[in-house]
Amino acid sequence: MSRYRLKFLMCLMFVFLAVPSFVLAGGAGATNLVVVADTRRVSGAFRFIANLYNTDPLMFAVCVTVLTALWGGLLGLTMDKLIGLSGLNLKSRKLVEH
Amino acid sequence: MDWLYLYMPIAGVDIFWPGLVLIGLSVGIIGGFFGMGGAWMVTPGLNILGFPMAFAIGTDMAHIAGKSIVSTMRHSKFGNVDYKLGLIMVLGTLAGIECGARLVMHLEKIGHIESVVRWVYVVILCLIAFMVFYDYYKVTRKKQPGTSDANHTPEGITWYKTLHKFKLPPVVHFKAAGFTCSVWLPIGISFLTGVLAGFLGIGGGLFRMPALVYLMGCPTHIAVGTDLFEVMISGLYGAFTYSLKGRVELVAVFVMLTGAAMGAQIGTIATKYAKGYGIRLAFGLCVVACIISIILKQFKFTMPSAICILSTISLMAIYITVVMVKGAAQELRVKKEHAHVAG
Repeated sequence: MSRYRLKFLMCLMFVFLAVPSFVLAGGAGATNLVVVADTRRVSGAFRFIANLYNTDPLMFAVCVTVLTALWGGLLGLTMDKLIGLSGLNLKSRKLVEH
Repeated sequence: MDWLYLYMPIAGVDIFWPGLVLIGLSVGIIGGFFGMGGAWMVTPGLNILGFPMAFAIGTDMAHIAGKSIVSTMRHSKFGNVDYKLGLIMVLGTLAGIECGARLVMHLEKIGHIESVVRWVYVVILCLIAFMVFYDYYKVTRKKQPGTSDANHTPEGITWYKTLHKFKLPPVVHFKAAGFTCSVWLPIGISFLTGVLAGFLGIGGGLFRMPALVYLMGCPTHIAVGTDLFEVMISGLYGAFTYSLKGRVELVAVFVMLTGAAMGAQIGTIATKYAKGYGIRLAFGLCVVACIISIILKQFKFTMPSAICILSTISLMAIYITVVMVKGAAQELRVKKEHAHVAG
């Protein structure tokens, strides 16, 4: 058997043995990409939110909706009070089209 | 300069937070003035700051919900929100968005959906721009001396008068908006604008505001307030559904909302000092900028497209702030003079 033929057979054997072991080592087929929040660089409330994102998606969604509404409402009221201090009439306006 | 960057734990990126405040502020001003969420303006901005596209859309949606709450509260105090009309339209909008989204899913199977969507978007925006500028041209011509009756306020496009003749029961009176029509008219119009919004994947304020003005006959200020009320409801739903899919960065939403709360007040108060046709004309210019940016994007000029949108936002925000500051200064001056005379 020539030297080159021996090398070719060894390569073929490697492929036949290696490919199934790579496939087995790879585990089950890939599913959808899952994003995991990194909790190592945050603390306090941010860490709580990031943990919630990782553990309970439904509770995270409820929290986002409620907190966004509350924060929006709170900021709205605060800005209302602040602009009210300017003395502008903020309760009525004229409807002028032209 | 590390303190200028904030770590976003979910998206896993460091973001320049003053940029978030500025985007929130500008879009708050524009949204409060025109009565729309402004998703088409925020998403490219967030993407440029470093957010992956999926997070940019979800975060934008949650921020719009919060911002619309601030604007609706202020518009409501001015009497600019017709709640009955808004609630009736929500029914049509939600059903329409669902139909539009299903249409997209169906078209996705055929392929080339992105290009089709963009061109549909461009055609509809061109129609809106034509409507706005044609209406303005008609009114300006009628206002010229000798061409109009001095006792009557000139009107431009009056398609709503024809649509109001359609009296299929139940017929409802909308007090704040000041018209009576069949309940099927707002449901039908909001359904159509909803289908477009669902098909194009946007909030729909860009279509609903002109539809309220030209097809329903709403005064411009009431159209702005009522549309924001609808944006608030659809935005909260969007915030929930996107966060359920894990695509909302709450930290960014809170930072943006802080800027947007200030902006929404400026934009909303500016409507008090702006004339209806002034708002319509500025809206038309925004639509033209939107058309240019979509065409640029279609031909793969992504950066010029984002620059076009962001420069339009900046210029429009500055213009609206000037309107608000000038109007407020004038009001305070008059108030002071009255107090001086009375004293």
